[in-house]
Amino acid sequence: MSNFPFLSVLTVAPLVGALVVALLPRRRPDLAKQVAFGWSLLVLVLSVVMWIAFQVDGDRFQFRESYPWIPNWGVHFTFAADGIALVMLMLIAVLVPLVILASWHDAESSKRSVPVYFALLLVLECTMIGVFAAADVFLFYVFFEVMLVPMYFLIGSYGGHQRQYAAVKFFLYSLVGGLFMLAAVIGLWVVGGKTFDWQALSQVDISTGTERWLFLGFFVAFAIKAPFFPFHTWLPDAGGAAPAGAAALLVGVLDKVGTFGILRYCLPLFPDAAKWFAPWALALALIGIIYAALLAVGQNDLKRLVSYTSIAHFGFIGVGIFAFTTQAGTGAVLYMVNHGLATGLLFLVVGMLIARRGSALISDFGGAGKLVPVLAGVLFFAGLASLALPGTAPFVSEFLVLIGAFTVNKPVAVIATLGIILAAAYVLWMVQRTTQGTLNPALTEIDGMRRDLNLREKVVIAPLVALIVVLGFYPKPVTDVINPAVQATMDDIGRTDPAPSVVTTVQEAGR
Amino acid sequence: MGEILTNAPAEPAGAVTYATADGLLASVWLLVAIPLVSAAVLLLLGRRADRWGHWLGVSAIGVSFVLGLVSFFQLRGLENKSVELSLWDFITVGDLRVDFGLLFDPLSALFVLLITGVGFLIHLYAVEYMSHDGGRRRFFGYFNLFVAAMLLLVLGNNYVMLYVGWEGVGLASYLLISFWQDRPSAATAGKKAFLMNRVGDAGLAIAIFIMFATLGTTQYDEVFSNVGALTGGTVLVLGLLLLLGATGKSGQFPLQAWLPDAMEGPTPVSALIHAATMVTAGVYLIARSNPVFSANTTLQLVVVSVGALTLLMGCIIGAAKDDIKRVLAWSTVSQIGYMFLGVGLGGGAYALAIIHLLAHGFFKANMFLGAGSVMHGMKDQVDIRRFGGLAKHMRTTWLTFMMGWLAIIGIPPLSGYFSKEPIIAAAFGRDDWTAWLFGGAALLGAGLTAFYMTRLFVLTFHGPKRWTEEIEHPHESPKLMTVPLILLALGSIGAGFLLSTSVPDWLTATAGLGGEHAEHETVLPHIVITTLSLLVTVLGVGLAWFLFRNGTATAPQPAGVLVTAARRNLYTDAFNEAVFEKPGIFLTRALVFLDNRGVDGLVNGLAAAVGGGSGRLRRLQTGFVRSYATSILTGALLVVAAFLAVQAGWLA
Repeated sequence: MSNFPFLSVLTVAPLVGALVVALLPRRRPDLAKQVAFGWSLLVLVLSVVMWIAFQVDGDRFQFRESYPWIPNWGVHFTFAADGIALVMLMLIAVLVPLVILASWHDAESSKRSVPVYFALLLVLECTMIGVFAAADVFLFYVFFEVMLVPMYFLIGSYGGHQRQYAAVKFFLYSLVGGLFMLAAVIGLWVVGGKTFDWQALSQVDISTGTERWLFLGFFVAFAIKAPFFPFHTWLPDAGGAAPAGAAALLVGVLDKVGTFGILRYCLPLFPDAAKWFAPWALALALIGIIYAALLAVGQNDLKRLVSYTSIAHFGFIGVGIFAFTTQAGTGAVLYMVNHGLATGLLFLVVGMLIARRGSALISDFGGAGKLVPVLAGVLFFAGLASLALPGTAPFVSEFLVLIGAFTVNKPVAVIATLGIILAAAYVLWMVQRTTQGTLNPALTEIDGMRRDLNLREKVVIAPLVALIVVLGFYPKPVTDVINPAVQATMDDIGRTDPAPSVVTTVQEAGR
Repeated sequence: MGEILTNAPAEPAGAVTYATADGLLASVWLLVAIPLVSAAVLLLLGRRADRWGHWLGVSAIGVSFVLGLVSFFQLRGLENKSVELSLWDFITVGDLRVDFGLLFDPLSALFVLLITGVGFLIHLYAVEYMSHDGGRRRFFGYFNLFVAAMLLLVLGNNYVMLYVGWEGVGLASYLLISFWQDRPSAATAGKKAFLMNRVGDAGLAIAIFIMFATLGTTQYDEVFSNVGALTGGTVLVLGLLLLLGATGKSGQFPLQAWLPDAMEGPTPVSALIHAATMVTAGVYLIARSNPVFSANTTLQLVVVSVGALTLLMGCIIGAAKDDIKRVLAWSTVSQIGYMFLGVGLGGGAYALAIIHLLAHGFFKANMFLGAGSVMHGMKDQVDIRRFGGLAKHMRTTWLTFMMGWLAIIGIPPLSGYFSKEPIIAAAFGRDDWTAWLFGGAALLGAGLTAFYMTRLFVLTFHGPKRWTEEIEHPHESPKLMTVPLILLALGSIGAGFLLSTSVPDWLTATAGLGGEHAEHETVLPHIVITTLSLLVTVLGVGLAWFLFRNGTATAPQPAGVLVTAARRNLYTDAFNEAVFEKPGIFLTRALVFLDNRGVDGLVNGLAAAVGGGSGRLRRLQTGFVRSYATSILTGALLVVAAFLAVQAGWLA
C-alpha cells in the first residue's frame, strides 16, 4: 500500500477538481458546490488511507516519490512526508471540506462567479498540500509562492470591507518574504552542490557566516508568513477582510507553512545558525504572545480579534520550536494542528455570526446568546479551545510547549505562561460583549439573528468540536506520529533533553 | 508516628507507594464518568430534555454518591489504603509521561463523599429552586459538569490531572456564576472569577513545570517520594506557586475579590461551589501536597499568615455587608482562612483543617440554602435590612438556619465547636512568639464570626418586620427544599463530633497526613483556650444581639472609617482597579493605536521601500501582481549576484 504515490496524487487531485468546478456553468452554482464538496471528501478519504499506511516506527520520510523536472538545475518533483508534514496534510484534508460546506452561501453576496470561488478553494488545497508534501527545496519554494495566488483572489474578489487593500497587503508581505527566501534558496543551491534535494542538502556543511545569512533568508520569509511580531500587521487586515472560510484556511493552515518551514528548513539545514539566532527568535515569539494578546483584548472587530489571537498563538509555537526540546517541539507541532482546529472553528463560527448580523463589529452585537443560544454556545466552546482549557486539544499542546521550554529556559516559559491569563481575558471579554449582557435591541429586528444553527452549519461544527474534545483527552494518536519527526529534528540540531536536575531515588517503575 | 507529625517542622515524607486498584475499586472512574455523561446528555439534547433533565441530573449525583460510599467501605478493608488506577497514557513525549489516572485514598475518599453527598442534597433542592427558570436543564447540565470536574480534581493521581479538574471547576463556576447571563453584573462577575482564577492557575502550572524540570515527573507518588532531594529554595518557590494556585481557587488573600461577586449565580451554586466544595480545592491542594509544604518552615509560615490574614479580613468585611449572600460569602472566605491556617500549621493540624472543611461543607451549605429559601419566600430580596421577624413565617428555614448559625460560631456540641476550636488551639501550639500572633488572630476571628453571624441571624429572623411593600405573607418553601435543609442541619449538628473522632485516624493512611489528634504543647493550657474561645463567642453574640435585636435602619447609615472601609472590601477592589484594571485598559488602547499607526506604518514603509513606492499600494489590481513579481525577481537576482560574488571570493 505504501507504494501508492499518495503525495503526488493528493497534490494533483484537488487541482483536477478545481478545473472541473471552474468549467461548470456559472448558472449552476449548486452543482459547483456539490462537486467541490464531494471532491474534497475524496481527498479526505485518500488522506485517511495515507494516515493508516504511514508507519509510525518506520523511516523519517515516507511515501517518497521523485520525478525529474529541470535536470540541468537539479530540480525534481520530489515528495516525501515525515510525521510533521503528515499531520498537517491531515489537517488540510479535514478542514477543506468543512470550509467548503461552511462557505456554501458566502460567494453569493459578491458579484463574482460562484463556481470560481469553490474552484479557488480547491486550488488552494492543492497548493497547501504541495507545500507540505514537497521534499525538494525549489518545489517547496514554488508552492510557497503559488499558494498566494488563490488566496489573493479569495480575499480580493470575495472578501468584505477593504478587501482589496487587505489582499494587496497580504500579497505584498508574502512576496517580500518570498524574495528573501528565493535568494536563500539559490544561495543554498550554490553552496549545496547544485542540488535542491532536501536530504542531500541536509548533509552539507556550510561555513558559519553563510549559514547565518541563509538561515535569515528562510527565517524572514517564514516569520512573515507565520506571522511573528513585528511582521504581523498584514494578518489582521487579511483575516478581517477574507471571507470566513478562507480566513479559517488562512490562519488554520496557510500560516502554518511559516512554522512548518522553520522546522523543516531552518533547523535541520542550518542547525548552528538556528542555535545562534534562537534567543532572538524566542524574544520575537514572547513579544508576540503578550503584545498580540493585549491587542486582541482591545479589538472591536470579531475577525480582527481572532487574527490577533492567532498571532499570540504563533508566539507559543515559536517558543516551542526554538526551545529545542522534544516536549516543546512536539508541543509546537501539535499546537499547529490544534490551532488549525480551534481557530478554524472560531473563524467559522464568527463567520456564521457575522453573516447573520451583517456586521463584524462587536459593538453591533450584545446579548446575542438570547437569540441564538446554540451558536453562542459553540462560539464559547471555540473560545475555550482558543484559551487552551484542559479537556480541549490546545491545552495539551500549550502545556507541552511550556513545560518543554521550562526545562531549558525558565524566564521564557514563565513569561509565556502569563499569556494564558491574557488569553482568558480576550476570549471571555469577546464572549461577554457579543453574546451576554443586555440584548441589543437592533438584533431583534434582523431576521438572521432569529435563526439558530441550521443542519448544514451543525455538520460543519460537529466534527471540529468532536476532534477538539477527543484530542484533548487522548492526543496520543497524533503525538505518536509527531514524536519521531521532532526527535529527528532535535538530532539534526544536536540537542537532547536535559535530565531532571535532581537525582531521584524511586524511578517510575512499571509506568 | 503521631508525635512526629503533630508539630512543624515535620520529617520529610519517606517513599510513597500506591497499590493498584482492583475489584470494585477498579470502577472508581465511574464516579467521574457518570456525572460527565449526564452533563453531556443534558447539554447536547437541548430542549428535548427539558421535562426530565433535572431528574437525570439529580440521579447521576445520587448514583455517584452510592458508588462513592461503596468504594469508601471497600477502601476501609485494605492494607494499603491508597489505590491508583491508570486509565490511559494522557501525554507521553520524551521523558514526560503523564498518566490519565486516578488515586483513591483516604483523603480523596472523604472529598468524594462530601462532593457527592452534599452535592446530591443541593441538586435535590435546586430542582424546586430552579423550577420557575426556563434554563433549568442547562443549569443541571452545568451543575453535573461541575461535580464531574471536582471529582476529577480530587481523584487525579498526578498534578496534571489535578490541573485538568482545577480548570474544569473554574469553567463550571464561570458558567454558573454568569448563568443569568443577560444580567451584565452576572456576566462580569463570571469573567472576574475566571480571570482571577487564571492568575492562580498560572502559578499552579509553573509549579508543575518545576516538578518536571527538577524531578522529571508530575505523579504524586514520585514527587512526594523525592521532595527531600530538592533544595530548600526550590521547595519554597514550588510551594509558593502552589499556594498562589490555592489562593485563587479558595478566595484567599490576595485573590479573594472574585468570591463575593460570585454570589451573582443562583443560590444552589453559591451553596455547592462557592461554599461547600470548589472553594475548598485550595485546602485540598495544600493537604495533598503536604510533603512539599512540610519540607519548608518558611513556606508553612506564609500559608499560616495568608490564612490568618484572610480569616480576619473575611470577618471584618462580612460584618459590614447587608446582602445576605455576600455576608455568607465573606464568611466562607474567612472560614477557609481557618482551614489554610490549619494546613499551614502542618502535622496533626492537617487533619483538623480537613475536619473543618467537611463540617463547614455541611453548615455553610445549610445556611446558603436557608438563605435561598428566605429569598424564595421574599421575592428574591437579599438585603437583610429588609428582612426581620421571619422566624414565625418560615419555621423550618429558621430552625435549620439556627443549627448552621450555632455550628459556625462553635457552640458545643454542634460541629463548629469540634472543628474550629482545635484549629485555634493548634495555632497557639506554634513554637515561638508567633503562637500568640496566630492564636490571637484565630481567637479574635471566633469573636467576630459570632458577631456577624448573629447580626445576620437576628436581622433576618427576629426583630421587627422591615419588608418591602409588595410582600404580604412570606411562605415557607416546599418539601423538596426543606428536606435537604433538614438533612444538612442534622449534619451541622452531628458532623463535627463524628468527624473529629474518626477522621484523624482515617487520614493517617494518606501520605504524611493526620496522626493522632495529640495534645501538643501550647503557650496556654488547652482548657484556657477553650474557655477563651467560648467567651469571645458569647461576647460576639451578645453584642450583636444587643445592637440588632430591635432591627436596623432600612438604608445604610453613615459610618466611621473602619466600617466604611469594610463596606468597600477594605479597598482591595479599589486597589485592583487602580493597579491592574485601569493601567491594563490604558495599555491595551495605547497598543492598539501603536500597532495601527506605528508598527504597521513602519513595516509598510519598509516593505514599500523594498517593493518600490508606496503609491503602488493604492494602484490596485491591474498588472499589480506581475509588476511585483518582476521587482521581486529583480531583487532576488541582485541578492544572488551579491551572494555569488561573496562565494567566489571577489569581495573577500
